[in-house]
Amino acid sequence: MKRQIFIAASISLFTTATPVLAEDGDSILNSKCSGCHALTKPDDLSLDRLWERKGPDLFYAGDKFNKPWLVQWLQAPVPIRPAGEFYRKYVKPGEKSDIIDSSKLKPHPKLSQSEAEVVADTLMTLTDSSNLIEKGKFKGEKVSASMGRMFFTKLRGCAACHSDSPGKGGLSAPELYTAGSRLQPDYIYSYTKHPQKIDPAVWMPRLELSEQDLQRLTGYIVQLDAGRD
Amino acid sequence: MDVKKTVLGALLIGFASIFIIPALPAMAASDNNQYQHAERLYDTYCTQCHGVNRDGNGINSTNMSVQPRDHSDPKGMGDIPNSEIAEVIKKGGLAANKSVLMPAWGDILNDEEIKELTAYLRHVCQCGSDQ
Repeated sequence: MKRQIFIAASISLFTTATPVLAEDGDSILNSKCSGCHALTKPDDLSLDRLWERKGPDLFYAGDKFNKPWLVQWLQAPVPIRPAGEFYRKYVKPGEKSDIIDSSKLKPHPKLSQSEAEVVADTLMTLTDSSNLIEKGKFKGEKVSASMGRMFFTKLRGCAACHSDSPGKGGLSAPELYTAGSRLQPDYIYSYTKHPQKIDPAVWMPRLELSEQDLQRLTGYIVQLDAGRD
Repeated sequence: MDVKKTVLGALLIGFASIFIIPALPAMAASDNNQYQHAERLYDTYCTQCHGVNRDGNGINSTNMSVQPRDHSDPKGMGDIPNSEIAEVIKKGGLAANKSVLMPAWGDILNDEEIKELTAYLRHVCQCGSDQ
């Protein structure tokens, strides 16, 4: 009897202590993530598909995210899109204005540290071959926080849909106060310049922005996070 | 005589319930189908500010310095010509000296879709001389 318990305990210890192998990133993505996220570019990128998809596309994740953020967030996910993906399915009329129907929002699954690391590794290999992102476009110049904020709020109206600090700004789009650690600067630049080039039916308008605007807004968003400013 | 009237009344009600009343939802549906695509476009791109009820009370509206237009208001919408509505959708609020917060959608919606949306807004407000 003692021997059986010892064997069972050994098997259990072995199973839990076995590290997740690097090649498991693919299998975790396919088993746990592909139900909601596109890991390869879909043939259909229409408006109808936008209504059907359950989570943001990840087939260009390697062009979009910063790996350290992915590793951390996958273990302790917090909402990035206050009104879900996509907002229209999760809002309803309220007393004074539309409100988020939080009963419909589901928390993102958590991964263990070892799972998060291999999944982040694999996600960083997912890049789109059609040059969605203009690499090296962001010059990295420091932006005056007050000037950046004026453009973000009053002059270009980004704050109508995005928040640049918790509780301030619109709710239909991703919050941007953690975007500096979450997103690659060239992705922010390219997405701001032409959202539909990356996500064809997305509900973000394409603004007429000068090169100076794009540098200023990208810099402001990059600086928002982690006390960089 | 009264019995005859009662019977006739009952027959008319029966006729209505068999032929006319069931047809009403179908008529409403065909009316809505005319705007089906415009409605989906509105729900995707416009409700974030203009609201689920098209009344200017979208999920973003509470944080905006200028209140989005109430598209259900016949008074506010009635005097705006179709050409101006289409122009603002295509080129944004600044094109009509309105708020910068109304962006230009001309890169995302084609001219036919903008025309459909304009007609849909007339349907929503039930107003306008050129509806």
